[in-house]
Amino acid sequence: MSPSDSLSHEISQAQSAAISAIAASPDVAALRVVQADLAGKKSALSILRAQLGKIQDIEERKSAGQAINACAVEIESAIEQRMAKLQAEERAQQVAAEAMDLSEFVTAKRRGSTHIVTQATQRLEDVFIGLGFQVAEGPEVETDFYNFEALNMPKTHPARSEFDTMFIEPARADQEPNSVLLRTHTSPVQIRVMQSWKPPIYAVMPGRVFRRDTPDATHMPVFHQIEGIVVDKGITFAHLAGIIEAFTKAFFGNEFTSRLRPSFFPFTEPSAEFDIRRANGAWIELGGCGMMHPNVLRAGGIDPDEFTGFAFGFGIDRMAKERHNVEDIREMYTNDLRFLRQFS
Amino acid sequence: MKILHSWLNEFADFGSDVEAIAARITELGLAVESVDRVGDPVAGVVTAKVLRLEKHPDAAKVTRVYVDAGDGVERHVWCGATNMKAGDIVPLATLGTNMPDGRVITQRGILGIDSEGMLCSGTEIGLSQDGSGLLILPQGTALGIDVYKALGVDADVVFDLDVTRNRPDCTGYLGVARDLAAGMGKQLNLPKVDLSADGKAISVPVSITAPDRCSRFTVRVMSGITVTQSPDWIARRLARAGMRSINNVVDVSNLVNLELNQPNHAYDFNSVQDGFIVRLASDGEQFTTLDSVERTLQSNDLVICNAQNDIVGIAGIMGGLHSEVTDSTTSIAVEIAYFEPDAVRATSTRHALRTEASLRFERGVDPYGADFAVARFAELLRITCPDLVVHAGATDERTSSLPNEMKTTQVRLRTIERVLGISMTIETLGSMLAPLGFTVSRGSADGVADVGIPSWRNDCSIEIDIVEEVARHYGYDNLGKIVPTSPVHGRLSDVQRRRRLLRELVVSLGASEAMPNPFLAPGDLEKAGLSEGNALRLANPLVAEESVLRTSLVPGMLKAIAYNQSHRIREISLFEIGHVYPQGVEILPDEYESLCIMVAGADASVAMDLWSQVSLGLGVGAQLSQDQPPAGYHATRSAQLKRGKVVLGSVGEIDPTVLANAGITGRVACLEVNLSIVLAEVPKPANAQVVSKYPSSDFDLAFVVPNTVSAANLVKALRQAAGNLLVDISLFDIYRGKGVSDDARSLAYRLRLQAPDRTLTDVEVSDVRAKCLTAAEKLGAALRG
Repeated sequence: MSPSDSLSHEISQAQSAAISAIAASPDVAALRVVQADLAGKKSALSILRAQLGKIQDIEERKSAGQAINACAVEIESAIEQRMAKLQAEERAQQVAAEAMDLSEFVTAKRRGSTHIVTQATQRLEDVFIGLGFQVAEGPEVETDFYNFEALNMPKTHPARSEFDTMFIEPARADQEPNSVLLRTHTSPVQIRVMQSWKPPIYAVMPGRVFRRDTPDATHMPVFHQIEGIVVDKGITFAHLAGIIEAFTKAFFGNEFTSRLRPSFFPFTEPSAEFDIRRANGAWIELGGCGMMHPNVLRAGGIDPDEFTGFAFGFGIDRMAKERHNVEDIREMYTNDLRFLRQFS
Repeated sequence: MKILHSWLNEFADFGSDVEAIAARITELGLAVESVDRVGDPVAGVVTAKVLRLEKHPDAAKVTRVYVDAGDGVERHVWCGATNMKAGDIVPLATLGTNMPDGRVITQRGILGIDSEGMLCSGTEIGLSQDGSGLLILPQGTALGIDVYKALGVDADVVFDLDVTRNRPDCTGYLGVARDLAAGMGKQLNLPKVDLSADGKAISVPVSITAPDRCSRFTVRVMSGITVTQSPDWIARRLARAGMRSINNVVDVSNLVNLELNQPNHAYDFNSVQDGFIVRLASDGEQFTTLDSVERTLQSNDLVICNAQNDIVGIAGIMGGLHSEVTDSTTSIAVEIAYFEPDAVRATSTRHALRTEASLRFERGVDPYGADFAVARFAELLRITCPDLVVHAGATDERTSSLPNEMKTTQVRLRTIERVLGISMTIETLGSMLAPLGFTVSRGSADGVADVGIPSWRNDCSIEIDIVEEVARHYGYDNLGKIVPTSPVHGRLSDVQRRRRLLRELVVSLGASEAMPNPFLAPGDLEKAGLSEGNALRLANPLVAEESVLRTSLVPGMLKAIAYNQSHRIREISLFEIGHVYPQGVEILPDEYESLCIMVAGADASVAMDLWSQVSLGLGVGAQLSQDQPPAGYHATRSAQLKRGKVVLGSVGEIDPTVLANAGITGRVACLEVNLSIVLAEVPKPANAQVVSKYPSSDFDLAFVVPNTVSAANLVKALRQAAGNLLVDISLFDIYRGKGVSDDARSLAYRLRLQAPDRTLTDVEVSDVRAKCLTAAEKLGAALRG
């Protein structure tokens, strides 16, 4: 028996010993110990490798070396395979052990909700922004001038009595009674916008308004309106009807259409009510509109012989009420969280 | 305004398609609110003669009635009424009749005896308001015929119009008919009248001492009158228009008012024959109006008096009891006048007395309609008084304030084009407006028309009023729909964008948006620890509990919290974004927009957490000042948010006394921020800093800090000490209790150091740590062992 024969026998013995040790490793940790042992200086292969130097014959030594390396590769590959198998098994066990009922969780902080009137206002604003409008705002406590006088309703104008105005008690001795009031509509903002912006003006004005109305299922003394104006050269009644139609389709849906029918407001002439309906449905009255009265344009510092304009307006609360089928508008103002949280 | 189809058709041939008529009226601007059919016969109800009556021993409350419905067959009917007797002619609802109230008449009787129909009262078949017994028809009425036909009741349609304030002429048939005739291309037929007066001249002198309040007063005397009932058709016409028939003279007065929109008054001639005085009342003067109410007049009420200066009526509103037409009246004086509209409205409002007359006078009647109206009065009265004599010598007193019979205005065709988008010649304008009573002629310049305005259209005076007439009669639908292309960039302003961002943020922090009433009760502000001195008050509140304008969102939010607590709602977290209105030095208050978030059952640290989120979200900062607790807040658990002297808001817990006043249990964390300031501050875009590629070093420091030293001050000192190398510092633990003295707490911070250009050495890190310890010690904070 040549030394090489005995060596190759030892190599194959070492290999089979290593393979069975690897196969016998029950888990990843044990396999790592085996792996460390097999790579260590005291491992059978290391010892055999150390004996290589004793082989005189170069060829023989070379072939023995190759045999040892081949054996090492075999062992390594066996470890890798075993490792992969054991790791997969262990993960599978871990996953099985970690089973969790996802419906079993403690609610984190609850998300609140915006008020449905706010939601309606924002939806309306967004539609008008899409039509090229900007959004304007103004004070809720107003002067007689902005609320009435500038809107073509001088002191004795009969239409004033229809507004059920809430007046502020004069805070100063030099103040006329009834000269300061809670705005009865968002129209004062029209005048403020015309005074501070320059045409072309495309603006909508949402906001809170006040009327001396006893609350009932459809009325509140404090409620919300949105109003829009367009002032530019060459604006005609057809543009008013066009904007109302575009708004109707954008806000209510393409199946809706609009119509204008003559009415009366002191601040517009010609004036109209605008109604909407689904194809073949019944007409629903929505709001008022009209071409801006020359006196209103003048009050806003705009020359009616150079510019024309139109205005329109309607209530926001009703939009919110009808969208969510709220029975009684007063419910919207109880601030009851059980009501508010329905609309988050 | 109720308009009967049959009556309207007397003014033009509008045809029978009532839906088309209603649609056209609406298109012309007189909104038709409802179209109701009246006087439709109830099919199956026929006239029948009572043959005999019988009682049944077991049915005390009803009678067995045997009737003949014209076919000679005796029918048996059970009947609960008692007003009939044999020989009477009554309405019989035959078997199978669908009654107006929904019942169907069946054979079902009582006591096993069938009923072959039902005898009806006037109410049951819609013919009268009398439901007390059976309707008894006149003797001689044919049997077995439709009851409506037997009574000569025709079906009709009532249009209920919502007449806007700008159409004073359309509170009468003539005005509606004129518009509609023009709108439908029909010939308008004015009622026939005889303008002559054949009787001997009788003049009643008139003296007007308030010429600016009464600019025309006409009196026509008529005699040969017998006061009697009006014929049925007049009574029915009035009833369907919503009025009661009184007698022939009063009914005619009402008919003329409805038809020609010309209020008028018929006096018993004897009580006013010496003349009329139209004057202002004296303060405190008493007068009993026709409705038997004694009224105390004021010096700006206009009254009509007889020659003895006794008041006979409040001008334009209502007459008195003593000068009215009575059953014995044989001569009358008919007054038709023109009163100044605003003053009639003021008097009517002051006395809370709205009448058919005041409704018309306050909008403005035709000042030139008197002659035609009085002639129509005579025409209608002649129906019941064939011997009527209309006396010559009518009085027609006019003053200088009488409006012109025809005002004119210039209309530029270009204005029509600019406003309505349609071009028009003077000729087409003329033919459009002529049927409405306007005159159109060529004006002084090219493309300008002189338009004459009829006396009944006081709503028209300037160019744009004529443009509106053109629009109405051209048809709004025919003016087209063009969506203008906005040259403006549609968007939210920065403030509006930031407001939406804030709302989203606050909602994500768990709060729901409330909208409390901005009106407070007197004392609400004080209960919330706030002054009421700078609050505005309503001059005319709906109720006293809602008479103060809020200067803070807090009182309203406290009410909302209390409401929710009282309804056992858990996790109460509410916010409001709204205006407050503290009084300022100008006429208008210092109104501003405010944010208020309140969380029930939460302490000041929750409020601080809210503020830190809001502050980060909006990119605005403020100094926390605990020196002066904000009003209404917990004195030792609150802070003002300040920037220099400007107060941006308040943060902390609500004062326990305030909570007790509001009936709230537990703590309430609150954050208020002045949004008018912080939303307007749009932060500049941040400059990007290079993120260091070198490793960072962390270390923790826990200090025992006396309660007198604020955490904010300690952090400030640590930041200064650590210098540029400090990239982050955060408080991660607060501890009070065992091992720490009662007047102190332990605060633990984690610091992270990092240099942009190198890895820090251990020496550098321990150097910074030492500096931090020294700085903390200077404040009295000791490293916790």
